[in-house]
Amino acid sequence: MIWQLDLIILVLVIVCAIAAINVKDLLSAAILLGAYSFLLCLLWAIMGAVDVAFTEATVGAGVSTVFCVSAVFHTTRRTTD
Amino acid sequence: MKLIGKMTILLCGILLIVFANKFPEFGDPHSPASTHLSPYYIEHTMADTAVPNMVTSVLADYRGYDTMFETTVILTAGLACFFLLRLPEEEEKEIYFRHVPTGVTIRIEECGAAPEDSDVFQRIDAQWVPRDIIIRSTSRLLMPFIQIFALYVVAHGHHSPGGGFQGGVILGAAVILFAISHNLRTTVAKISETSAAIMSAAGVFIYAGTGALCVMLGENFLNYGALAPLLGTDRVMARSHGILIVEIGVALAVMSVMIWIYYNLSSAGKQDEGL
Repeated sequence: MIWQLDLIILVLVIVCAIAAINVKDLLSAAILLGAYSFLLCLLWAIMGAVDVAFTEATVGAGVSTVFCVSAVFHTTRRTTD
Repeated sequence: MKLIGKMTILLCGILLIVFANKFPEFGDPHSPASTHLSPYYIEHTMADTAVPNMVTSVLADYRGYDTMFETTVILTAGLACFFLLRLPEEEEKEIYFRHVPTGVTIRIEECGAAPEDSDVFQRIDAQWVPRDIIIRSTSRLLMPFIQIFALYVVAHGHHSPGGGFQGGVILGAAVILFAISHNLRTTVAKISETSAAIMSAAGVFIYAGTGALCVMLGENFLNYGALAPLLGTDRVMARSHGILIVEIGVALAVMSVMIWIYYNLSSAGKQDEGL
């Protein structure tokens, strides 16, 4: 484990998480969540949990991003309520 | 109200940080997990199950009961999406087609005969985009390789990272890629919603059925050693093969649930246009 690399990824994870909550555009939030998952996957891999990293990459970063985007696709810019 | 929420989050955060320090160090050999639990798996996995990847053997054999209900949770997620989103199919009154070479739009009334959806006659939906040959052929070209890799991940989970969950998700992602690059109608024509639903239930059935088979052969639920006479091997190899059978069930369930959720989510339950 290289602590410098660890620190950089950890900081990026937190930045991505805060950005995904605060960003106004839903599509950007979905993409940021995907980036967050990929960084988390790197962290799992660094810690030696390769199976978990693999699951995070496929489920967290891959498919759930697609699901989020396809759900965002059905929203509009302004609410109709 | 906002203040209370912020205070709660702050309190929880402080508690988490304070008590995270009480955890054993990363990789500490004297932590309870490393002294009692892990050594058993590390020492006995190879002799018990003949599976080099310990994670797979713990997930599918030692803790097989957990994984069975995880698969059930996935199935429940697919069912929840179906019941929440799916709308009854409507009779389509008018269909619009575009004749691409001339650029003419054709309207077909209720009783008219619609032409086949092809590159010449393209069906126009509410959101029609011109079909891009590069995207379509690239994803077509990629699909078999993605699927082969997914099968490798499922089958090679004994020796390398991977297994039913990851392989199933990759298999589902291949179909989702097809749906994104073509359209949802073409995909639903190839893998119908009914078959996705049946396959997802069948995957869970394979898992639970393997466990039930072990009970029928007079041993504990999901004790794959009982399958040895059926598979024609000794008890250790039977456990290894039992893990593979179960992984195939998981992969089948996860793949079809991913496809099923995508169908309902991308078209808001109408299953006509999609993303």
